[in-house]
Amino acid sequence: MTSFVCPVPLSATETVLLGHGSGGKLSAELLHSVFLPAFQNPLLARLEDQAVLEFGGSRLAFTTDSFVAKPLFFRGGDIGSLAVHGTVNDLAMCGALPVALSAAFILEEGFPLADLRRVADSMSRAASAAGVTIVTGDTKVVERSSGDGVYVTTTGIGIVPPGLNLSAANARPGDAVLLSGAIGDHGIAMLSAREGLQLDGEIASDSAPLNGLVEAMLAVTHNVHAMRDPTRGGLASTLNEIAKESRVAIELREEAIPVHAGVRGACEVLGLDPLHVANEGKLVAFVPMQHAAELVEAMRRHRLGREAAIIGTVIERNPGMVTMRTVFNTTRIVDMLPGDQLPRIC
Amino acid sequence: MKFLDEYRDSGVARALAARIRSRVTRNWTLMEICGGQTHTIMRYGLPELLPEEIELVHGPGCPVCVAPLELVDRAIEIAGRPGVIFVSYGDMLRVPGSRSDLFQVKAAGGDVRVAYSPMQALKIAAENPGRQVVFFGIGFETTAPANAMAVWEAKRQGLTNFFMLASHVLVPPAMRVILRSPANRVQGFIAPGHVCTVMGFREYETLAAEFRVPMVVGGFEPVDLLESVAMLVDQLEDGRAELENQYSRSVTRSGNGPAQQVMQEVFEVTDRQWRGIGPIPESGYRLREAYAAFDAERVFGTSDIRVQEPPECIAALVMQGLKKPVDCPAFGTRCVPERPLGAPMVSSEGACAAYYTYRRHTSGEVVR
Repeated sequence: MTSFVCPVPLSATETVLLGHGSGGKLSAELLHSVFLPAFQNPLLARLEDQAVLEFGGSRLAFTTDSFVAKPLFFRGGDIGSLAVHGTVNDLAMCGALPVALSAAFILEEGFPLADLRRVADSMSRAASAAGVTIVTGDTKVVERSSGDGVYVTTTGIGIVPPGLNLSAANARPGDAVLLSGAIGDHGIAMLSAREGLQLDGEIASDSAPLNGLVEAMLAVTHNVHAMRDPTRGGLASTLNEIAKESRVAIELREEAIPVHAGVRGACEVLGLDPLHVANEGKLVAFVPMQHAAELVEAMRRHRLGREAAIIGTVIERNPGMVTMRTVFNTTRIVDMLPGDQLPRIC
Repeated sequence: MKFLDEYRDSGVARALAARIRSRVTRNWTLMEICGGQTHTIMRYGLPELLPEEIELVHGPGCPVCVAPLELVDRAIEIAGRPGVIFVSYGDMLRVPGSRSDLFQVKAAGGDVRVAYSPMQALKIAAENPGRQVVFFGIGFETTAPANAMAVWEAKRQGLTNFFMLASHVLVPPAMRVILRSPANRVQGFIAPGHVCTVMGFREYETLAAEFRVPMVVGGFEPVDLLESVAMLVDQLEDGRAELENQYSRSVTRSGNGPAQQVMQEVFEVTDRQWRGIGPIPESGYRLREAYAAFDAERVFGTSDIRVQEPPECIAALVMQGLKKPVDCPAFGTRCVPERPLGAPMVSSEGACAAYYTYRRHTSGEVVR
């Protein structure tokens, strides 16, 4: 027992695993090993949540997202509202004003039309609340048991106002990190609906369109460096992506990060970390410190930013790393998950 | 949260750290046994609060980490069979066997499902009478009562399609291995609070007396662990070697009687292989003869799957507190949580994974 060699090297997988869809490290690996080499171009290589295309003098934001949800209907939303909010939010994160969406449906044979109508109505309401129209779409049907009822893909375009240059690569040392509200509501709402968990307090998904909140922020200043909505993979994954893309480090303050009591309780019971749990109506923004207080004030005046807070700062040491100053004034790393977050045994 | 916030209070934590600092006069090496405790220590950065004299090393109490390679291979073999529904706690799915893991079995078409309790597997069996439902029953004394209960209940209900791949391990025999090792450095133990909730702490009183080593049954919150360290330091500085109970809100001397009863009824003590450590006599549970019809090993005939673990792995040294995870050159480079090479990197409660996830920024050069 003197040599330093560990056994059991498992080679990289040759099939798709569920973890490839987790938004964590496996998802990133899939992107880097399959899609980036196949489609290589400078716009894609920026790895933003949207591409910004220049046409004459104007800039068009363009993004797409597929939605699978189990269950399809849950407290606080459904797959339809989720599909609208997700794409609207990806547009909003570069400061774009969302204009129009497409909606494509993959339906499973036998899926009740009443449920489909419910999804369509919900999309219509979500779109009008976000100020966008659904202008084109497509439908395909697969055989029974080849799908989960309905999968929805939405694509969106938006106009980027002049003078904005938001990018996950633009965070700078000295920036303040702003978070628009409490984390983990969506993930815990879905998990408790899916597993039939009896949790104290009713936790609803936070699914919401963020373009209004972004407009309110940009009315304060256009000097915002980066914005992202931390969806699957949670706040931790999003912050790690930005730290990596911007080649900076992020230091969070644990006590500043809002988490609702019900989510904290559920995470305790299940052995999950709220930092890794999905959100569908929250954003993080990287802004120069001198604008931070005013921006937080503006966010708190908006319905979707009432619990907004400065949760950390950008520093230079250890670029690519996210750390957190705990309530004990010690530090720990905040990492991306390898794959899906797995409840622990004990 | 009520009953929890008081155990995460930074004022209380600072006061305990000050008490430890005022008491300590020389170097002491302490080991927390349970992976859940390791996780808390790393997550809250407790070593930063402690004086330099106190070194915490991390014990073998991560059930996922110590599950032997051949057991994982047997699970993979069974899970891949047509007609089988294989049900497991989530964190076993990523554990690598010799060639594959349960996630890959699932991707290849195996019906592998995650459950939060063995009772869910029992329900699946009742709902799918035409399928064979196998529950992966691993863990320490903590999960043993629930697993025993599921088998007992299956027998009571007359289910013929429910099986358990049972491989429980026991804490005290592993502690004996550590204490008997000539290279042992551990001078005081934080005994595992959840295990003692089930089993009581009489076995640990015996160990403390037999090896003249202080032990404190500890909880899982940061304040619990700091208080346990303070109690150990008091004992060591006083020259005492006793068993004390810090986790008295959960643990009693004799433990949970009904839980022990159902374990007694269903399980018997057996020799077990520990990943990274090797075979330890009388260190686990298997199903009794009376429950043979529910024993996946016998029903599926997998006990002939034997895999030799390379003896040169540093994992054994890490899990006995002889090496730190960062002493391994593969740590954080070839061995990371998404591709674990050794047992302690497998589960989030393993020492290497806990180090990697929360502490690698403190180990000098940052690995990425």
